Amino acid sequence: MIEIKSLVKKFPHKNKQGQETYKIAVEGLSLSIGEGEVFGLLGPNGAGKTTTIRMLTMQTKATSGSIFYNGMELESHELELKSLIGVVPQHVNFDQDLTVEENMELHARLHHIPAADRKCRIDELLAYVELSEVVNDGVRRLSGGMKRRLLIARALLHKPRILFMDEPTVALDPQVRRKIWDLVRQLAVGGVTVFLTTHYIEEAEALCDRVAILNKGKLVAVDSPAHLRDNFQEANLEEVFLKLTEEKA
Amino acid sequence: MRQVLYDISTVFWRDWLVLKRRMVKFILSRMVAPLLYLVAFGWGLGRSIQVESGSYLDFLVPGILALNSMNISFNSITPVHAERVYHKSLEEYILAPIWPEAFVIGKVLASVLRGLISSAIIFLLAGAFGAHMNLSPLFLLVLVLNCAIFAEIGFLAAMKLSTYEAMAQVNTYILLPMSFLCGTFFKTAALPEGIRFVIELLPLTHTSCLLRALALGEALPYVSLLVLTAYALVCFWLGRRAFRQLTL
Repeated sequence: MIEIKSLVKKFPHKNKQGQETYKIAVEGLSLSIGEGEVFGLLGPNGAGKTTTIRMLTMQTKATSGSIFYNGMELESHELELKSLIGVVPQHVNFDQDLTVEENMELHARLHHIPAADRKCRIDELLAYVELSEVVNDGVRRLSGGMKRRLLIARALLHKPRILFMDEPTVALDPQVRRKIWDLVRQLAVGGVTVFLTTHYIEEAEALCDRVAILNKGKLVAVDSPAHLRDNFQEANLEEVFLKLTEEKA
Repeated sequence: MRQVLYDISTVFWRDWLVLKRRMVKFILSRMVAPLLYLVAFGWGLGRSIQVESGSYLDFLVPGILALNSMNISFNSITPVHAERVYHKSLEEYILAPIWPEAFVIGKVLASVLRGLISSAIIFLLAGAFGAHMNLSPLFLLVLVLNCAIFAEIGFLAAMKLSTYEAMAQVNTYILLPMSFLCGTFFKTAALPEGIRFVIELLPLTHTSCLLRALALGEALPYVSLLVLTAYALVCFWLGRRAFRQLTL
């Protein structure tokens, strides 16, 4: 489903002497992710998780390397592949001048959902994330948890085959977090590939078929949580994570 | 092509939704500046000024139309800056399967509409003040071109600048001097040659010349029409390129 080959991202950067140089955010990342898989990308702050998601979702171009979805190269099939993916960003990025329903409708129109299906699909998803009551409210008035659920509903509107979730449960209470976990599991059962980043190791352990651990832009491990625990002889994934990221830090 | 037109209409639809909701506020706020110009320069100062064409008010109104459509079109598109830098809602368009051209054209058209509504208000107010002018399809075309150019410049600034302060400086250092110097209140012939040369390179000068010639039935400076068309095309290309560069 997703093939990532030798992905590199460098950003312009000034060193301590004030000279123009480059900061390497992601260095030689290669991964292969299957259809219907829930794949977690873990790493400490600044490890390159968000940059990786931004490259995979065409929000920023890779300095080198290549990305394939279903065998199609991202560079040459940009519009086609944008229809395949859904993105739940780390931050709230709604149109602040529009209501809940208008934000959903804008997304539906931008993704070419036929007018006849739009209303039904929007109603269905808002009911699914329990936001039907606030359909005519401005997005500014929603609570943090509601905003995150709306981000997920919006990302699912055009029925993406791959869903990218960047820290989807950050700053959410345990009830809402559990609901989002259930949703992710349901999506995977339906054949949607879920690629998520998270700071919560227990979240990755509970949800992901496989996880990759990034440290300073480099891939340091990739396997199922159970195999990682066994291979590193640790009781839980958090210990493996700490071992890998502290040793390499 | 059909898909691009559909995407343009989607981008335009979003801005139309917001404008519709704020239409009364928009119209009332757009009446303030033209009223002040008409009272101060038309009635007040204008009564003691004679121009070749006769009434200074008739001379003034095309200039006010030019400068006002410039200001409204530029400022109507600047919320895109907040969408990019603060609300991050521009990501929704970057992630969508639409051509970048569709986004730029949709946003520019929405700003052109606001510029034209504002121009219609001035036209009605000027009529109430006793101004006379000839309207024609070409007059409308020049107004549309002027609105498009400054909406595109606003779009370019919104893509390139990183702070509100920098956006405000475009108003202070570029639009404000143009408002007064580009043949809006007086003919550029009155300026020293060096300054005049620079002023005549600017798009607003050509809009003022064209609108005045059309309104007063004078000979049309066709070169100005070419200059405005060139500005509109180049600014569109620069805006489109700046939008694409957001994903570098």
